[in-house]
Amino acid sequence: MLRLVLLAVVCFSLATLLEPRAMTWGNRRQADGVLKIVFGEGRRLFANHFFVQADVSFHSGYYPSIFDQAKRPKESPMVSDRNEHDEHDHDSHHPDADTHGHDESAHEREMAFLQAPKDWIERFGRHFIITEHTHLSGGKEREILPWLRLSAELDPQQVETYTVAAYWLRLRLGKVKEAEEFLREGLRNNPNSYQILFELGRAYYESDHDVGRARNVWELALRKWKEQESSKKDPDLSLRARIAENLARLEEQEGNFDRAIGLLELAKKASPHPANLEARIAELRARLASRATPK
Amino acid sequence: MNNVIALAGVVIKELYRRKDFYVLFVLTALITLLLGSVNFFNDPKIVRYLKDICLLLIWISSLVIAITTAARQIPAERENRTIFPLLAKPVTRGQVIVGKFTGCWLACGFTLLVFYVFFTVVSGTREQNWNLEGILKMVWLHWVMLGIVVAMVLCGSIVFSAPSANITICFIVVVGILGLGRYLHRVALQQGEPVDTVLSVIYFAIPHLEWYDVRDFLVYDQHLAPWVDCGLATLYGAAYMVFFMCVAWVVFRRKTLTV
Repeated sequence: MLRLVLLAVVCFSLATLLEPRAMTWGNRRQADGVLKIVFGEGRRLFANHFFVQADVSFHSGYYPSIFDQAKRPKESPMVSDRNEHDEHDHDSHHPDADTHGHDESAHEREMAFLQAPKDWIERFGRHFIITEHTHLSGGKEREILPWLRLSAELDPQQVETYTVAAYWLRLRLGKVKEAEEFLREGLRNNPNSYQILFELGRAYYESDHDVGRARNVWELALRKWKEQESSKKDPDLSLRARIAENLARLEEQEGNFDRAIGLLELAKKASPHPANLEARIAELRARLASRATPK
Repeated sequence: MNNVIALAGVVIKELYRRKDFYVLFVLTALITLLLGSVNFFNDPKIVRYLKDICLLLIWISSLVIAITTAARQIPAERENRTIFPLLAKPVTRGQVIVGKFTGCWLACGFTLLVFYVFFTVVSGTREQNWNLEGILKMVWLHWVMLGIVVAMVLCGSIVFSAPSANITICFIVVVGILGLGRYLHRVALQQGEPVDTVLSVIYFAIPHLEWYDVRDFLVYDQHLAPWVDCGLATLYGAAYMVFFMCVAWVVFRRKTLTV
């Protein structure tokens, strides 16, 4: 008994002695997350699983498995809603009013993965699986957040996790502060991510109404985009268009019509609605001309 | 009948004398409470992840308890040579099988009650929503599923030479059925012969344990199947329990009892 007590005392003393030194070995000081310590780099393998789990939660359990013949939805409303929201809210001259409805029906078709039952086992088994396609609403969208948080913990370099979570936090749950904190965390882990910068700019502009910070962040996002995407064969033009369009709106509001026109020209190259942007450019040019002409 | 009840009583006593159940319950409770204390974006109303993980732990724990308890019953009696005085009572071999099964199944039912009371308290206090009917249906279906598993493992404990082999094989089979059982016939359609036929035969022969896994309904607050369907699933489960026990009895009758 005495030996055991002595052994315990020795262990404890050694632990207190070695612990501060061990923290300086390698990158352990940075490895502050439990998941990082336990799983190491292998944790990234599970990150996507939890991202998908968030989507499963968003569909209240109605989700195709790998065995279902229909493919998984290419882009779930959990992800695509924020893009649509961006277009619908900010492009006030949107001519295609039923785009959202069209996307919904396309998503419905994609999610109709349950085929007619082939035998009595499958037919009866349907009573014990969720067969109704629904999306979370009315504040229940919060239920996807733990999975997104976990996904970000497991793979901090998965940018989409931050932008998706920030969208739901800010626009659907009214948690602007939490959304900004999460985006900043994402930015610390991905300092060159123009996607996170874009979302952060939206939070500053739309929720905080902080024009200066929003402008700086969006300008930086455009620069980062140029650094990373311009040399690619298939650059992400649609996101550049969205950044430029949002920045143009800001500049227009601030009275910098010249800059706004330049940005709209940039956005027009990849916008799904170039005619609308052309009309806005013409309108801005007219306003610029009227301002230049002294009365 | 008295013999069966007496045998079942011994199995239940064994459950609360062993530490498996306590360890698994404390682990489940500890992990659930720890996860419940995590703050996600300052939103205390988030609850589904907790229900999901708690139910997953309950399922794992209940399967571990059911399989390990059932697997060691008859081999332990043979190893300790207590099977001889037991059969000299006189208790027939059929009664031993039924008694062991009843004991294991009731013991599983008792553990399920404890686990689900914990789950109900955790989810109810957090969510302020007491879906008692859903939980009752779920406990019932879960218990029926464990009945099939217990009968299958008891049958395996007579067929296989060692409990460790039986436990491993049964775990693989149960997890396999839960994960793949629903899709076997669709996979079969994409295969050539003879894999197609083999998979189809397996699909129709296996007990479809996945029917009884209705966790999603509770996690996502959906309406579970009506009682009639639960009753039909119970009949289906009862048929498999009887089948496995009959096989166990037939094999056990011809089995030499010396180790």
